[in-house]
Amino acid sequence: MTGSQRPDETSPGKTLLAATGICKHFGDFTANDDVGFEIEAGEIHALLGENGAGKSTFVKMVYGLLQPDSGQIIWRGEPVTIRSPQHARELGIGMVFQHFSLFQALTVAENIALALPPGESLEDLSDRVRAMSAEYGIGVDPDARIHNLSVGEQQRVEIVRCLLQDPSLLIMDEPTSVLTPQETDQLFDVLRRFSSAGVAILFISHKLEEIRSLTRRATVLRRGKNVGTVDSASRSSKQLAEMMVGSSVGDIDGQEAPKSQPDVLFAVRGLDRPPATPFATPLRNLSFVACAGEVLGIAGIAGNGQDELMEALTGEWTGAGRNVFTINGRDITRDGPSRRRQHSIGFVPEERNGHAAVPGMSLADNALLTSHSLGDVASRGVIDSDRTRQMAAEIAGAFDVRLPQENPIASALSGGNLQKFVVGREISKQPSLFIVSQPTWGVDVGAALFIRRAMLELAESGSAVVMISQDLEEIFAISHRVAVLHDGQMSEPMVTADTTAETVGLLMGGSAPLKTAGAGDAA
Amino acid sequence: MINLVPRKEIPLSLTLTTTAIAVALTLIAGAAIFGVLGYDPLAALYQFFIAPVSRGYQVADLFVKACPLIIIASGLVFSYRANVWNIGAEGQMILGAMFSGYVALYWGGMPAPLLLPVMILAGVLGGLAWAMIPAILKTRFNTNEILVSLMLTYVAALLIDWTVRSPWRDPMSFGFPLTPMYPDAGMIARVDLPGIGRLAQLHWGVLGALVLSVAAWFILRRTMVGFQVQVMGDAPRAGRFAGFSPSLVTVLVLGISGGAAGLAGMVEVSANIGQLQPNISFGYGFTAIIVAFLARLNPMGVIIAGLVVALAEMGGDAAQIAMGIPKVVTGVFKGILLFMLLAGETFNRFHVEFRLPGAAARVAATAATKESGSV
Repeated sequence: MTGSQRPDETSPGKTLLAATGICKHFGDFTANDDVGFEIEAGEIHALLGENGAGKSTFVKMVYGLLQPDSGQIIWRGEPVTIRSPQHARELGIGMVFQHFSLFQALTVAENIALALPPGESLEDLSDRVRAMSAEYGIGVDPDARIHNLSVGEQQRVEIVRCLLQDPSLLIMDEPTSVLTPQETDQLFDVLRRFSSAGVAILFISHKLEEIRSLTRRATVLRRGKNVGTVDSASRSSKQLAEMMVGSSVGDIDGQEAPKSQPDVLFAVRGLDRPPATPFATPLRNLSFVACAGEVLGIAGIAGNGQDELMEALTGEWTGAGRNVFTINGRDITRDGPSRRRQHSIGFVPEERNGHAAVPGMSLADNALLTSHSLGDVASRGVIDSDRTRQMAAEIAGAFDVRLPQENPIASALSGGNLQKFVVGREISKQPSLFIVSQPTWGVDVGAALFIRRAMLELAESGSAVVMISQDLEEIFAISHRVAVLHDGQMSEPMVTADTTAETVGLLMGGSAPLKTAGAGDAA
Repeated sequence: MINLVPRKEIPLSLTLTTTAIAVALTLIAGAAIFGVLGYDPLAALYQFFIAPVSRGYQVADLFVKACPLIIIASGLVFSYRANVWNIGAEGQMILGAMFSGYVALYWGGMPAPLLLPVMILAGVLGGLAWAMIPAILKTRFNTNEILVSLMLTYVAALLIDWTVRSPWRDPMSFGFPLTPMYPDAGMIARVDLPGIGRLAQLHWGVLGALVLSVAAWFILRRTMVGFQVQVMGDAPRAGRFAGFSPSLVTVLVLGISGGAAGLAGMVEVSANIGQLQPNISFGYGFTAIIVAFLARLNPMGVIIAGLVVALAEMGGDAAQIAMGIPKVVTGVFKGILLFMLLAGETFNRFHVEFRLPGAAARVAATAATKESGSV
C-alpha cells in the first residue's frame, strides 16, 4: 500500500468502477431495480439509503457475493462478471463487513495470516502490519489478541486485513455504527489518507452528517432504485434525508431542560450484578432516577452492560437484593416481570424477534404476552381470544402497524412494523414508567420518527421514559437528560440541552482518547 | 442446486394433500416390497389396512389398542411443545399401573364407588412422581431430561418385575409372577352400546381417552397454561420476558406428560389385564412418541395418529396370521409409513426451489446475506 502501486490505473479522475442497469430480485421482492453507479479512483463515495433500500444487496454484487439478474459491471473500463469474493479480491476490491469475522482467541497477525495466501512467515507479516499501521496512523498491534481489543480496534484489524491485499476499492458497510464519535473521527482520518494514496472508498451509511463531512459524492438508493448521485457537501442533511425517504420528513429537535424540579418516579440505587457468563459485562453500582414527564437517555456502545441492565430492569433477573428498584417509593427489586407490569411499567427489550415478541405466534398472542398479568384478558386461566384479537387490532390501528392480513403471525411483519407493534403494545397501556432498549434499531426513518413521537407524547402525559440507545442522534433528539453506560458503570445524568455530543462521546469511550491497539487493554 | 425455503404460512389444504400423497406413496412402496418378497401385494395391503377393521368388533379393538397411545401422546404433546423431551413415558406408565395396583390390591375394601376414582388418582400420581425425578434434576442441577427419563424406564421395568415376583405376588399363583386379580370394583367396565350390546373389548377408558385429548387441546390452545407452554417452547427468552418461569414450565409439562402416562398404565391394567404382571405395557410409552409427532403435536390430531399407528400394529398381526408375512416386514412397512409422513411434513413446511446451473454462487450468497444481516 505504498503510493507507488499501480500509478497508471489509479490516477484520480478516472472511473474505476461503473455499474449500469443492475437488477436483483429475491422472489417477488425487487432489491435492486435498474441501479446505475460510478466511482472514481481515489474517491470517497457514499451509498446512502434506509434499511431495506438495497444498499447491501448492491455492494454484495460488487463484491461477488451475489450475482445481478441483469445489468453490467465495468471495472477499469472492461466489463466483468465478479464470480466470487475471491475473484473480487483478485480484481482489487476489498470489503469490511458490519459484523467482523475475527477469531477471538488468536492474535491480530494470526487472524490476518488466515485471510492471505499462505507462504509468508508470521514475523514478516507482523512487520508489514506495523509498517502499514505506522504509515496510515491506524494503530494496530500485530501481537495483540483480538478478545482484548475494543470494537473500534477490531474494525481497524479488518481494515488492515483488507489493505494488505492491495485493493483499489474498499467497501465499508456501516462502519461507524459501532464506534464512538471520537473513534469515528479517527476512522475518517485513516480513510482520507487511503483516499489520497489512491484507494477509492465506497462508504455505506444512513448517518447523514457523517456522509456530508467525509464524502465528496453520494448515491442515494430508495426502494431499490437510484434516486440520484449528488454532491454530498452541498446538500443539507434534511435534503439528503428527503431523497432517502422520498417525501419531506418531519424532525424532532432537542428537548429543553425540565422547568421545575419534577417528581422522582423511579429510582435505582446501587445496582450491582455479577457476570452471569464469562462474556457478560458486570454491572457496578448503578444509580439513577427517572422523573415524571421526562425522557432519560442512557447512551453507550453495545456490549457495555445494556443487555444486563435491561434484564435487571424488566425483572428477568431479580437477584439485586432489596430497595434497589423503587417506583413511587415501593420496592420492586424482587418482583418478576409480571409483578412489575402490575406496577404500571411497560418494557420493550432490544431484540424484537424471540424476546419482545414470539415470531411464530399471532399478534393477538403477542399482545397477550405482556398483558396476561393485568386482568381482563384471561378469566380463570382461560384466554379471552376475542379480547386479545381486539387488543392487537387496536394497537395496530393506533400505532400505524401495517398488517398483511388480519391477525398475522409476528414474523410476517417487517422490522419497522413489528417494532411499532411492540412499542405500541406497551405505550397503549399508558404506563407510568416506560423502559425501552434501542427503540428504533433497524427500523426505517418513518417508523423511527413515529416511535420517538409516541415516546415523547407519553412523557408529556406525565409518565417517565427510560431509553437505552446507541444512537446519539436519537438521544439528543428526544431525551431531557442523558447518562452514559460504559463498562458496566454509569455516569451522572446530565441535562441534554447543556451538553454536547463530544462530551457524551468521551464518556462512551471511557473518557480517554482512543488507545493504541492492545496497549493497556490486557488488564 | 436445490434449496428448501421455509413457508410463511401453511394452508390446511396443503397439509391434507401432503398427508394423502405420503399415504399413497407408502401404499405403493409397501406393495412393491410385498411383491418383491413373493406375496400378493393387493392381498397384503388388504390384510394390513382393511382386514383389521372389516367388522364392528375389530373397529372396537382398534380403539382399545389406540387408547393408551392416545392418553400418553396427549400428555407428551405438552412436553414436546415446551421443548422438554420426556422420553420416559413407558416408565411413568408402569409406575401409574403400580400405584393404582397398590390401591386395588391393598385398599380394595373401601366403598366400591370410590375405588376407581382413587385408583385413577393414584395412577396419575404414580406417573407424575416418576416424571418429577427428571424434572427436579433438570431444574436443580441442569441434567438432561432425555437421558434421565429414558434410564428411569429401565428402573421402572425392573421395579415392577421385582414387585410382582416377591412382595405383591399372589400366593395362589403357583409361582407365576402375578399379583392377585383386582376386585371387580377396581375394573373399568366394558361399554354396553344400546341396541348392539358389548363390542369386543371396548371399555369406558376409550371414551375417557377421547375426552382427555379434547381437553388437552383446549388447555393447550385456550388457556394460560397452554400459552406458557407454547411460548416457552417457541421463544424461551420471550417467555421469561413475559414473566413465565422456565423451571415451573419444565416441572409442569413433565408433570402433565408423566401424569397422563400414569393414567394410561392404570387404564390398561384395569380395563384389559386385571392384575399386575411383569409386562403391562408393550412399548406404548415409546410408540406414543411417534404418535405425538405424527399428530404434529396437536392433541386432537393425536386421536387420528393413535388410530393410524394402532391400525398398522394390528394389520401387522393380521398379515402374519393370514399370509405368514414375517413381523419384521411389518416393521419395515411401519418404518416406510413414518418416513413418508415425516418427508411429507418437510414439504409441508418448506417449499423447494430449483436453481439453474451456474448460479451456485447464489447459495453461498444467500448464506452470507443471512450472516451479515440487512439487505
